[in-house]
Amino acid sequence: MKDLHEFLISPAETARRHGPHDRIVMSSRVRLARNLKDAAYPGWAKKPERVKILETILPAVESLPEMKDSFSEAMDNLGALDKQILVERHLISREHAAKSAGSGLVLNREETFSVMINEEDHLRMQALRPGLQLRQAWSAIDHLDSELEKKLDYAFDSDLGYLTACPTNLGTGIRVSAMLHLPGLVLAEQINPIIQSVNKLGLAVRGLYGEGTEALGNVFQVSNQMTLGENESAIVERLEKVLSQIIEHEENARQSLMEKKPKTVYNHIGRAYGILANAHSISSKETMNLLSLLRVGVDLGLFPGADRALVDELFLTTQPAHLQKQISDKLSAEERDLIRADMVRERLKNVSRPVVKPTPPPSTAN
Amino acid sequence: MQCSICKEKPATVHLTQIVGDKMQKLDLCEECAKAKGVNDPAGFALADLMLGLGASQEIEQAAGGVELKCARCGFTQADFKKSGRLGCPECYKTFAEGLGGLLKTMHKGTRHVGKAPEALRASRENSDKLKTLQKKLNKAIESENFEEAAQLRDELKQLSERSSAPKNLTR
Repeated sequence: MKDLHEFLISPAETARRHGPHDRIVMSSRVRLARNLKDAAYPGWAKKPERVKILETILPAVESLPEMKDSFSEAMDNLGALDKQILVERHLISREHAAKSAGSGLVLNREETFSVMINEEDHLRMQALRPGLQLRQAWSAIDHLDSELEKKLDYAFDSDLGYLTACPTNLGTGIRVSAMLHLPGLVLAEQINPIIQSVNKLGLAVRGLYGEGTEALGNVFQVSNQMTLGENESAIVERLEKVLSQIIEHEENARQSLMEKKPKTVYNHIGRAYGILANAHSISSKETMNLLSLLRVGVDLGLFPGADRALVDELFLTTQPAHLQKQISDKLSAEERDLIRADMVRERLKNVSRPVVKPTPPPSTAN
Repeated sequence: MQCSICKEKPATVHLTQIVGDKMQKLDLCEECAKAKGVNDPAGFALADLMLGLGASQEIEQAAGGVELKCARCGFTQADFKKSGRLGCPECYKTFAEGLGGLLKTMHKGTRHVGKAPEALRASRENSDKLKTLQKKLNKAIESENFEEAAQLRDELKQLSERSSAPKNLTR
């Protein structure tokens, strides 16, 4: 059995991955839902049947060239902390973290493919990319799926397409999504009308961890909802169009805030820096919301010399499971708040307080 | 109190809606309420909340009051009502009638137009070809163009012989 923590890419390294428009689009993801023809769905199958399904699917996924040297494990072999770390990294869903016997995970070396076995469907495979790369993610997962279909007998109907446990995923079984950092729209109080109009286009807007979660740190997930009656490329294209509009609105909101209400911007960012650089106890939620302001501060050139990667790394390492993992003793939430504050203060030691005359950010911008 | 729609039967369903700062009241009889899609709030099932109002009712009505049960996995419409999910791929056939309307409200269309497994793609293309050939043949016969009809008939025969081998894959 591989050790998950030796396997996972370090937070410092993941924070340095770059992609197009990563000022605003933190990551892109395309997920496909697939099921085996002659088996009950995971939510209905009894444990022995689920175990059998896992034993069929796991070796098939492991044998794919893309999944060479992958981390492959049954969910009951993973501890609660490990599962939570995978959730914080967006490598598995919260629903999958709650699974144990009869469910599994295969994660490739580069963490660009994550295949969940017996989540809501027998197979939930996703391709992940930094920045705005929906097409690349779709073509990657399309290829993986085509390889896998040679080894597994999928449930497919010529009228209804891929048959999924929930009718909402029927047809293509595709979920195309992007994680967006939208502090400008939130500060300018334009986020609600944007969410509403995106909803009207048949797209869903969710919080940081997907369905039913809040938008911590001003991070929003936008994804398609309809999966039947429209082909995959059309769905990807539609999402791309909407995303480019949201990106434009966010950039405009940032610019107009700086022009019309610079004091408000400086105030928010300055206070965020003040608390993060000086607190001795801070919750995960507050940290994320303040780091979001720090991040936009870097984008706006208010922290000359500071790298956005530092903020993105802290965004990950200050979350509860990541923090707990760094400390050997089991911590209470209060103890974690102290250690979190110590860690953030230490890491911000070399970041000077924000300037009021922005200088263009370093070369990482695009 | 009379039903405010049919003005005949007694109103048993009372709706209060607040729009802006105005309160609207509506009193309906059971039949009109059903026709308007207003149902007993206590009877809301998870399937309804997740999949849109009336999903489980629709399946129930389609079954004509008899509880449907999937022959393959034993999943029932009551189970669907509880979880909003189906039991196995075969359930889509078992509950086909009730799901039809539901899919219409949920998706862009009711027919899959995207990717298909390779093995099926070939036979799918073949069956599409067969259909167009058949149409052409019918037209040729109609217009008494027998020479073309004979040619089309031979083409059809050839094609259907070729595609009959992997027939078990079409479903």
